[in-house]
Amino acid sequence: MNTVVQLCYFVAAVLFILGLKGMSSPRTARKGIVWAGIGMVLATAATFFHPDLHHTVNYLLIIFAIAVSGGLAWWSGKRVPMTNMPQMVALYNGMGGGAAAAIGAVELFKAVSQIGATQAQHLTAQQGPGLEQAGQFATGHGYVGSLLGADHAALGISGALIGTVAFSGSLVAWAKLDGRLHRNQLLPAQQLVNLGVFAATVLFAILSYYTAGSAVIIAFFVLALVFGVFMAIPIGGADMPVVISLFNALTGLAVGFEGYLLGNPAMIIAGTVVGAAGSLLTQLMAKAMNRPLTNVLFSGFGTAAAGAGSDPEGEMKAIQAEDAAIMMAYANQVVIAPGYGMAVAQAQHKVWELVELLQERDVSVKFAIHPVAGRMPGHMNVLLAEAGVPYDLIYDMEEINAEFDRTDVVVVIGANDVVNPAAKNDPSSPIYGMPILDVAAAHNVIVIKRGKGKGFSGVENHLFFADNCRMLFNDGQKAASEIIQVLKKL
Amino acid sequence: MIEGLIALWIFMLAAFTGYEVISRVPVILHTPLMSGSNFVHGIVLVGAMVALGEANGATEQLIGFIAVILAAGNAVGGYVVTERMLEMFKTKDERNKKGEQE
Repeated sequence: MNTVVQLCYFVAAVLFILGLKGMSSPRTARKGIVWAGIGMVLATAATFFHPDLHHTVNYLLIIFAIAVSGGLAWWSGKRVPMTNMPQMVALYNGMGGGAAAAIGAVELFKAVSQIGATQAQHLTAQQGPGLEQAGQFATGHGYVGSLLGADHAALGISGALIGTVAFSGSLVAWAKLDGRLHRNQLLPAQQLVNLGVFAATVLFAILSYYTAGSAVIIAFFVLALVFGVFMAIPIGGADMPVVISLFNALTGLAVGFEGYLLGNPAMIIAGTVVGAAGSLLTQLMAKAMNRPLTNVLFSGFGTAAAGAGSDPEGEMKAIQAEDAAIMMAYANQVVIAPGYGMAVAQAQHKVWELVELLQERDVSVKFAIHPVAGRMPGHMNVLLAEAGVPYDLIYDMEEINAEFDRTDVVVVIGANDVVNPAAKNDPSSPIYGMPILDVAAAHNVIVIKRGKGKGFSGVENHLFFADNCRMLFNDGQKAASEIIQVLKKL
Repeated sequence: MIEGLIALWIFMLAAFTGYEVISRVPVILHTPLMSGSNFVHGIVLVGAMVALGEANGATEQLIGFIAVILAAGNAVGGYVVTERMLEMFKTKDERNKKGEQE
């Protein structure tokens, strides 16, 4: 029976890799996730026949837990709007990390209780004549590391540490993206405190290896939880996608480590593949923002403490929908630079309607997507795809930046930091060095924006004060509707 | 069954596999892919099931139960949101076909 279970795991691992491979092209992506899904169902079903499972009550608990949690996740996953995807990914990722950590905890506590049982046996044996057993205790299983074996214990504890940090860190990322948490600092000198907490966590991880009691292990988990929170707290909103990706990779690694502890090859392979893939994805994202990962994690970007940059000169100049519509209608080329704000206003469908009207008038229209537009790389593409925009109209930053000086009108809708020229011109700005959409080079820029507020990073946008820039102060959806009305009459 | 050096080999090969599989992904699929890889580490569910299945005593059962709850959320939620995102990546023809049906 065990051979069949192991074969199922093998097939599942193959399906996971094929599925991820399939997801690397839009054409095969949907098949990819289905393959991976079949692999998951197969592995889960096979596990019910795993030889280590015992006690009817445990089986019932497993079925109950899967039904309740799976049902809730299904329900919430179906309902969540596309704009909230990043925090959902953060939430589900945190759950995975927590699960890996909990597996580690079960195994560690099991080891502790086994040591306790051996010692109790040993004590009773000492009262009797069994002297040779005393010798066995001296060399034998006196602590977690010696009972589980050095490799299993070390990887199991490391996996528990990483998983716990990914768990609490992801929950903080979720709370921040969901607008439930706005604080960037809990304590004074947060970075210094973090270093201390990290050192303490590692110390207790090592102590957990040498312990025979559960108190040290509990302290270890509490410290790791606190460290995860502290690590994610100072990270500014604009950097969150990178951090979620990092936690995703960390969870994968934790799953791989716990897989080794349990001797489960499916977990080892799937976890390691995700760990490697997630690390690469994190690197790609950090590169897209031109920020080394260390900066993202330790600089506290987007916090109040960061330099605000120089104040822009000039003032914002407003424009009405009628004038904006006429400008676009008689342009040769219009480029739309959408940001997360467009999606929040649910304006993407209206924007697409507007674009279709412009296309009827033979205006060439393109969408310019910054690598981190939205809240994750590619998030904006998903949102535009949802509205029905074909992906041959969508251009990456590298492709479109050379075209802006040939563009008559750029419409910036709901984007802010990714079009801020301060990233190019102002070394004192906290976003200096981040690659941007070079919209300021276009002949005219129209910024559709609800108010005069700052972007997600909290930095003033110099673009809004430029001579060729006009501000259309309105909700994205309403502004697009008004422009459509005017266009229809022209 | 997978011990020591053999595991090291597997870790190494799996890491290269993950790296290679991702390195050719276009930017437009990064978000679904992050979500998809998030789903794949939902395999932690099988480990959680084993941890709860072999649990003795209330403490182990409680933590194991939490593990299964969290892991099932990861696996099911990860699948649903990824599938929903990828559902939108259709070619023009597929989209038109759907439009006619509606």
